[in-house]
Amino acid sequence: MKKLVVLASIALPALFAVTAMGAETINAAGATFPAPIYQKWFGEYKMAHPDVQINYQAIGSGGGIRQLTEGTVDFGASDMPLTDEQIKAVKVKPLHFPTVLGAVVLSYNIPGFSGTLKLTPEAIAGIYLGEIKKWNDPKLTSANPGAKLPASDIQVVHRSDGSGTSFIFTDYLSKVSSEWKMKVGANTSVSWPLGLGGKGNDGVEGLVKQTPGSIGYVELIYAVQNKMAFADVKNAAGKFMTPSFQSVSEAAAASKEMPADFRASITDAPGVKTYPISSFTWLLIPSEIKDPARKKAITGFLSWMMTTGQKDCEALSYAQLPKAVVAREQKQIALIK
Amino acid sequence: MATPTALPRSSTAVRRRFGADEVAYGLTLIFAFLIIAVTVLLVWELWVHSALSREKFGLGFIISTAWDPVAEKYGALPFIYGTLITSFLALLISVPLGVGAAIYLSELAPQRLSNTLTFLVELLAAVPSVIYGLIAIFTLVPLMRSYVEPGIQAIAGDLPVFQGHIFGYGYLTAGVILAVMTFPYIISVSREALLAVPREQREAALALGATKWESTYQAVLPFARLGIIGSIFLALARALGETMAVTMVIGNSNAIQASLFAPGQTIAAVIANEFSEATGNTYLAALVELGLVLFVLTMVINAMAQLMIIVTTKKGSAKG
Repeated sequence: MKKLVVLASIALPALFAVTAMGAETINAAGATFPAPIYQKWFGEYKMAHPDVQINYQAIGSGGGIRQLTEGTVDFGASDMPLTDEQIKAVKVKPLHFPTVLGAVVLSYNIPGFSGTLKLTPEAIAGIYLGEIKKWNDPKLTSANPGAKLPASDIQVVHRSDGSGTSFIFTDYLSKVSSEWKMKVGANTSVSWPLGLGGKGNDGVEGLVKQTPGSIGYVELIYAVQNKMAFADVKNAAGKFMTPSFQSVSEAAAASKEMPADFRASITDAPGVKTYPISSFTWLLIPSEIKDPARKKAITGFLSWMMTTGQKDCEALSYAQLPKAVVAREQKQIALIK
Repeated sequence: MATPTALPRSSTAVRRRFGADEVAYGLTLIFAFLIIAVTVLLVWELWVHSALSREKFGLGFIISTAWDPVAEKYGALPFIYGTLITSFLALLISVPLGVGAAIYLSELAPQRLSNTLTFLVELLAAVPSVIYGLIAIFTLVPLMRSYVEPGIQAIAGDLPVFQGHIFGYGYLTAGVILAVMTFPYIISVSREALLAVPREQREAALALGATKWESTYQAVLPFARLGIIGSIFLALARALGETMAVTMVIGNSNAIQASLFAPGQTIAAVIANEFSEATGNTYLAALVELGLVLFVLTMVINAMAQLMIIVTTKKGSAKG
């Protein structure tokens, strides 16, 4: 007991001394999808660098972009790259830094069918456009030879809340179906031609589990953590791929036309081993940080995140950045003035 | 001589000016004005932040059915429809249920049972709406999907409002959960109104040879009418603005569909769903304008309630 008191009397002032020394406090806000790993990273980085405290509010990509535009946070985070118009609205031009990769998987509940469903891009677009109405539609049975698909109606489930997951999914559909691109398009929320809306990944999962004959899309991490069944999707090279950390990382490595500012969509990526409904998520860092201490803290975190930080990915079910992307991102750090 | 008389006079003057009454008057006046200021500020904020959307869509916003964030076209009609239809369904169920229960509790039930039940009803009113939403998902939705809605369809399936696929999620389920959430309000406020009816009113009716029911129906209910109508509008206000429980069971589809079994969307639900990820400026303004529409809708309905009270009161007095 006495020892504890003595220890506390030494440790407490020491603790205060650290905070009093003026830890660099950095505020960030944005996407909810990568929030678990961001919280872990910011926590770990604080352990290694007690003088840097990064606070992250997971308020959604839209909120993060808004706060960055209004200048109320030091940097933002988003699941979709900014448009040219959005970049112009921010006072200090933001740079995009990919952090981790995520994927969207299709989960289903088909009475009397217990295997892995195989889906072609045409089938997914057809289902979500309301053109494929029954599970035994030739477009589905031809991709699943031998599987007993029932003659029942397909119940379509989508997200009701605006989300990066919906953006990735609709971005994919816009690439594989010109009809989707024309009629619906890609965004965090869209005008769905049909279906039920569930709030969040859990809302979609609940609807799919409860509704016989339904199909819905959720994040890969969520599906893995909840041991849900999900479909293999045919990629651009014509091969059916199971979504996994490897096939998602592969999609990032395979997209060769990565633009200099990293505002790249990697859905429907080329390559045999890629899972086609994959995406980056980004940190939005101002290209000019006036305060040198703040600049040092943020750039320090960025290089740590690209190297040491990446090792945390798989424990939290995110896919790592490919090495080629990391190498290019490290060069982008130098652009922060 | 003059000084001692002058002193007490000035001190009473001081006391009069800063007496407890004046302080209380001033404070309550400030509070009353604060409420008005908050309301004005609210409308002002909604008005200013919806400017972009108001300029772009004008009055067409209210009658358009498009809600397309990709094409940046926004219309509120499906949400206005969803809000009105779910609130209407809720009242359709909760008014007879709530008023009936209130009559039982105030007129017929033994004192101890009445007190216990009233306590339980008031507890129900305090349950957070997300809890109702969870109960709805796990209990009400399967019940509606497997029994209630197929049952209705078997009996009255010819009507367009009972056709189409049964999801378990939709307008009707949202209406039912809203009914469950609003009827504690109707019961507890209506019961208070009925209890406030003077004893003489009942006794006079009974003395004239009325049965227990006749006295309740003809002497007590008209007397408590204002309180009961007030309770119904309190319930309606809650139903119009309810967000969480509704968005969990309504199915969240931005379309107007004739069937009550079909999924829909309400104003409050769509704001809660889409606000955090709304990226474009017009998109954001459209969501704020939806808030403005909900505010106006509530005002209009409340004004109608006041009008109804005035009209029925006149009729009542003319009859008497």
